[in-house]
Amino acid sequence: MADVALRKVVKRYDDVEAVRGIDLDIADHEFIVLVGPSGCGKSTTLRMIAGLEDISDGDIMIDGDVVNDVPPKDRDIAMVFQNYALYPHMTVAENMSFGLRLKHYPKAEIKARVTEAARLLDITDLIDRKPKQLSGGQRQRVAMGRAIVRNPKVFLFDEPLSNLDAKLRVQMRIEIKKVHQKVRTTTVYVTHDQVEAMTLADRVVVMNKGRIEQIGTPNELYHKPATRFVAGFIGSPAMNFLPCRLEDVGGTLQIRLTDRIAFALPPARAARYNALPRTDKLLLGLRPEHLTESHAHLEPGVESFDTVLDVTEPMGMETLVYFGLDGTPVCGRVNPNAGAKDGAPMRLAMDLNNMHLLNEATGVVL
Amino acid sequence: MSTLAIDKAGPSRKVKYGSMSRDRTWALRWSYFFLVLFAIFFLTPPVYMLITSLKSSAEISAATNPWWVFHPTLSNYVELLSSNQFLRFFWNSSIISIIVVIVTMMISIPAAFALARMKFWGSATLATGVFLTYLIPDSLLFIPLFKVLGGVQELTGITLLNRWYVLVFIYPTLTVPFCTWIMIGYFASIPKELDEAALIDGASWLQTLTRIFIPVALPGLIAATIFAFTVSWAQFLYPLVFTTSVDQLVLPVGITTTLIKGDVFNWGQIMTGALLGAAPPLVIYAFLMDYYIAGLTAGATKG
Repeated sequence: MADVALRKVVKRYDDVEAVRGIDLDIADHEFIVLVGPSGCGKSTTLRMIAGLEDISDGDIMIDGDVVNDVPPKDRDIAMVFQNYALYPHMTVAENMSFGLRLKHYPKAEIKARVTEAARLLDITDLIDRKPKQLSGGQRQRVAMGRAIVRNPKVFLFDEPLSNLDAKLRVQMRIEIKKVHQKVRTTTVYVTHDQVEAMTLADRVVVMNKGRIEQIGTPNELYHKPATRFVAGFIGSPAMNFLPCRLEDVGGTLQIRLTDRIAFALPPARAARYNALPRTDKLLLGLRPEHLTESHAHLEPGVESFDTVLDVTEPMGMETLVYFGLDGTPVCGRVNPNAGAKDGAPMRLAMDLNNMHLLNEATGVVL
Repeated sequence: MSTLAIDKAGPSRKVKYGSMSRDRTWALRWSYFFLVLFAIFFLTPPVYMLITSLKSSAEISAATNPWWVFHPTLSNYVELLSSNQFLRFFWNSSIISIIVVIVTMMISIPAAFALARMKFWGSATLATGVFLTYLIPDSLLFIPLFKVLGGVQELTGITLLNRWYVLVFIYPTLTVPFCTWIMIGYFASIPKELDEAALIDGASWLQTLTRIFIPVALPGLIAATIFAFTVSWAQFLYPLVFTTSVDQLVLPVGITTTLIKGDVFNWGQIMTGALLGAAPPLVIYAFLMDYYIAGLTAGATKG
């Protein structure tokens, strides 16, 4: 077990910079998830930590040692691949013990480690089967087993659940979390699925276009996103972004969304945004759960307005409603009993205590 | 009235229910037709050989029905199999083919692995170059090769020409390029993650080759082996050019040069010799066919 550090790590392919200077400190035992859209450099970063890609610039340290020029086999890491990459001609036990056999471990210890890992992953019955005879979920377990038996300093996961169906993915997600709780090995996990990132990570690293957008705990990213990218990427359905501007009306700071709709900001928010130039083009960031049906008694900071719904999506425990505000599509989450219907007018409430204000030009959350 | 009735009857075109299975039936009929045609076309010569091999010289020269044996005899087989000369040809062919297969594999497998996996400067061009050498016909190559080997013989004093083992040096020029080429294809079809996993598991390049690539690409390896064996077994031009003494000849050349004396064709023995010569590749095919077809790579990754 060890900590991992990345210092100004750059990856260049000919003229293209896939990773543009990444700084990241991963503590011992920590579960870090790299998340971002495809082509954001997350897999490349992982492969550089593994040693499968050369580093164009910067340093990668494992346990305090710079490993830039250390080959993968000497980095003491284990990796789980998206397509499992099991050796098709070996049994499950042989697959798991391959690395140990190469290092000439005593037979008894190999057997003990394989048995223990198989027990941990609940694949004891499958130990003599070939990968061909296993289901996708079982293959994924074997791939994890192969990593666990090595008892490495760092686990690397490269989109390990992407090839599984939705139900199995949720199940394996929990398995991975359980395994990490037991073995406590430092883990770097790459995914494009923000739900996976949120549920698994101690800290999430959101990447975009080869750079780190934000590092934080799942809750920090959700409630205090630093940029428009993070705000829009984390959370499903995604956060709404409504063009707006600030105005002073009779001594109170007001946010104007459309010609018709303008609300006074709650005092805490007014104090925070008061210094902003009134001419700036701004965006109001509001998560769908803060756009709900209106009540007779609204809390302070919650403002109601009338709109006409375009489409509704009953999800069972909630209903998603879609409507337009001055041409901007907006999504809200209402109680399934609130009577939302396609094409019907509805009175909605906007919780401004949970609003975010963004600079439209820079995308920075203010 | 009648027009009205027709209108009510719906579309006048007869609806073909189950037309899918009808299409299939016709497809099958055509398949069988052509398969039988090809089978007849390709099996007629061997069958004719078998019939002729069971006839005595007298019956062959008599103008009887060529497709029927009236007095079957094994004398041709007995004569050939008890002739030291023929057994010598057989031995020469076998030892040469086996050595050539081994030499070819020793060169092709590492070469294909390097060209398929170790991305180095010019590896793609080299791979194409390897294939291009295969396109040069042996009928063009044998004269320069003869000059080269003659030169080597002069320089070193080692007798190469008119010795069976010279063929061990020459045949790989035919087998190595093709075998390397098909092995490149097989190795390239192995998922990249498999060698990355091996690399992380601590395997060296050599261990990755011997413990992962060779077992996984076994069907391809066997295909290449069969090819190398067949090519060296059936090669005619090179042994004809490079070996002349009777005790140095291989089967195809031996049969044609010793059983045809001037304008006398010993047809019965020629056919028998050819049939016996075709037996080893046939046996090898029969045994390795299952491997040849089996997809051992299934299950390596998803699917």
